[in-house]
Amino acid sequence: MKTKPSSARWRSIESLLPIVILTIYSIIALFPIVMILMNSFKAKKAIFGAPFAFPNPETFSLIGYQTVTDRANFQYYFLNSATVTFVALILTLFIGAMAAFALAEYNFPASALVALYLSIGIMIPIRLGTVGILRLMVSLKLVNTLTGLILIYVAQALPLTIFILSQFMRQVPKDLKDAARIDGASEYRIFGMVLPLVRPALGAIGTFTMIPIWNDLWFPLIVAPSSKTATVTLGVQQFLGQFVSDWNAVLSSLTLAMIPILILYILFSQQMIRSITAGAVK
Amino acid sequence: MQQPKRRSLFPTHIVVFLAPAVLLYTVFMVVPLINSLRLSFFEIGNQNQQSFAGLQNYIKLFTDSNFAPFFWRALRNNFVFFAVHMLVQNPIGLLLAALLAEGGWIRNFFRTIIFMPTVLSVVIIGFIWQLILNPLWGVAESMLKAVGLGAWFGPWLGKPETALVTVALISVWQFVGIPMILFYAALIGIPDELTEAARVDGATAWDTFWRIKFPLILPTVGIVGVLTFVGNFNAFDLIYTMKGANAGPDFSTDIMGTLFYRTFFGQQLQLGNPAMGATVAAMMFLIILGGVLLYMFLWARRIQTYEL
Repeated sequence: MKTKPSSARWRSIESLLPIVILTIYSIIALFPIVMILMNSFKAKKAIFGAPFAFPNPETFSLIGYQTVTDRANFQYYFLNSATVTFVALILTLFIGAMAAFALAEYNFPASALVALYLSIGIMIPIRLGTVGILRLMVSLKLVNTLTGLILIYVAQALPLTIFILSQFMRQVPKDLKDAARIDGASEYRIFGMVLPLVRPALGAIGTFTMIPIWNDLWFPLIVAPSSKTATVTLGVQQFLGQFVSDWNAVLSSLTLAMIPILILYILFSQQMIRSITAGAVK
Repeated sequence: MQQPKRRSLFPTHIVVFLAPAVLLYTVFMVVPLINSLRLSFFEIGNQNQQSFAGLQNYIKLFTDSNFAPFFWRALRNNFVFFAVHMLVQNPIGLLLAALLAEGGWIRNFFRTIIFMPTVLSVVIIGFIWQLILNPLWGVAESMLKAVGLGAWFGPWLGKPETALVTVALISVWQFVGIPMILFYAALIGIPDELTEAARVDGATAWDTFWRIKFPLILPTVGIVGVLTFVGNFNAFDLIYTMKGANAGPDFSTDIMGTLFYRTFFGQQLQLGNPAMGATVAAMMFLIILGGVLLYMFLWARRIQTYEL
């Protein structure tokens, strides 16, 4: 309640202003994406003639999608991206959870040191070691393999995963674990017991690990540039480079590359944002 | 309670739990990083033999006419790139977060939309904006004309004077969601009791924000700043996608990431040079490390975290 009397008109402007600003910014955020989606379903003439119009029966065309499916191996790119992202994600979560459990659960002399060692990787980007990584991949014969990419992404994602998970694991009640210990459960059993309890944290970290892996251009470009191992991001980048002047093909391939992430995002956005805010508020 | 004897023996389980993570992280991140840094002190001969060169590579990077002009330009451009993010992205992120923090379904809806570009790949964003700004398609031009600013339009991405700022603003457009969501999380963590008193006393929303809420989220301001710094000095994808490895026009959008890529892999007529590439990476490492340490000692130490 306000003590200062102010005119009703001023108050209603004041309460509307935030919504106006948010609406304008939402349009700015959405507009370029919508332009691409919309025009990818139009014939070339309509793309240039009426870029702001929705496709209608006269202008509707799938010619761009035809070019893309004929010329690019999108299905393989998707498969590669999905494999790399999924395997890296599972490995990161499992291996990360094990380490986080050890750091949260046991007070051993070197624990602070191990935690510090791992936390360096949170701030220093793995890209800076690219020269060394490429040499290592060459000597391990992992150039142009999905395995190579997976190993890099797991190493990159582990530090932050361990840091966040160990905070969540500290919150698991001690009584629960001690009761199991008295019953003679092994430490591995107890880890198996704690893991489902931090499932929300695993989900949150999962989404955050997934997006940068799926979107990465740098390591596919450097470590696995062959057409057999190209991920969606790299595949699109190369395809667009060749077809710059074919507007239908460009718009369609961009749409194809965007759709899976947008669907995932719309499905999980509430959960994702809730988990970030929960992590920050604690 | 008596501890069973076997637990005091060598803690195998701790090693089992930690080994995979420590091993993977060490082999695929720490060792390559150290090797890269080490390589910056070596020279690679024609037969691929390495010989110790001391600080030769660094001297070359700072003074040699084949490297120095590129290095200093990339460094300066990178600071411009960072400045645009600090001055545009983070204040907009804070404003949006403050407006969103009121809650309600309509604000949650806006939150979802505004965060959307952030989850897309930089490659996609780069191409989208290339199309939107393309004078051939004329979408941006028509938009500006519609609001009476048609005269402003130009081939921004093609002119050396405007290309860097344009690319930086596209990056801002994409990543504004990150500061927004971090500020948002901090703001909704502030308990109502703290702002309730001020409101009862008749303080305006503006005053309440700057006098009460903002001081409480200062730790987040620091985190956003350091994340922006690390992300910007490590950026590459957007410029590579929009302007290629040569970061045109006339290297005007060249930043450390693209310089690193070119030096390491070579370009057109010039062969790649792993040792010089490693030297550029080492400089990026030092800059990022410097930024992180500055944050840790100057900011994080002085800002006290309020226990809420």
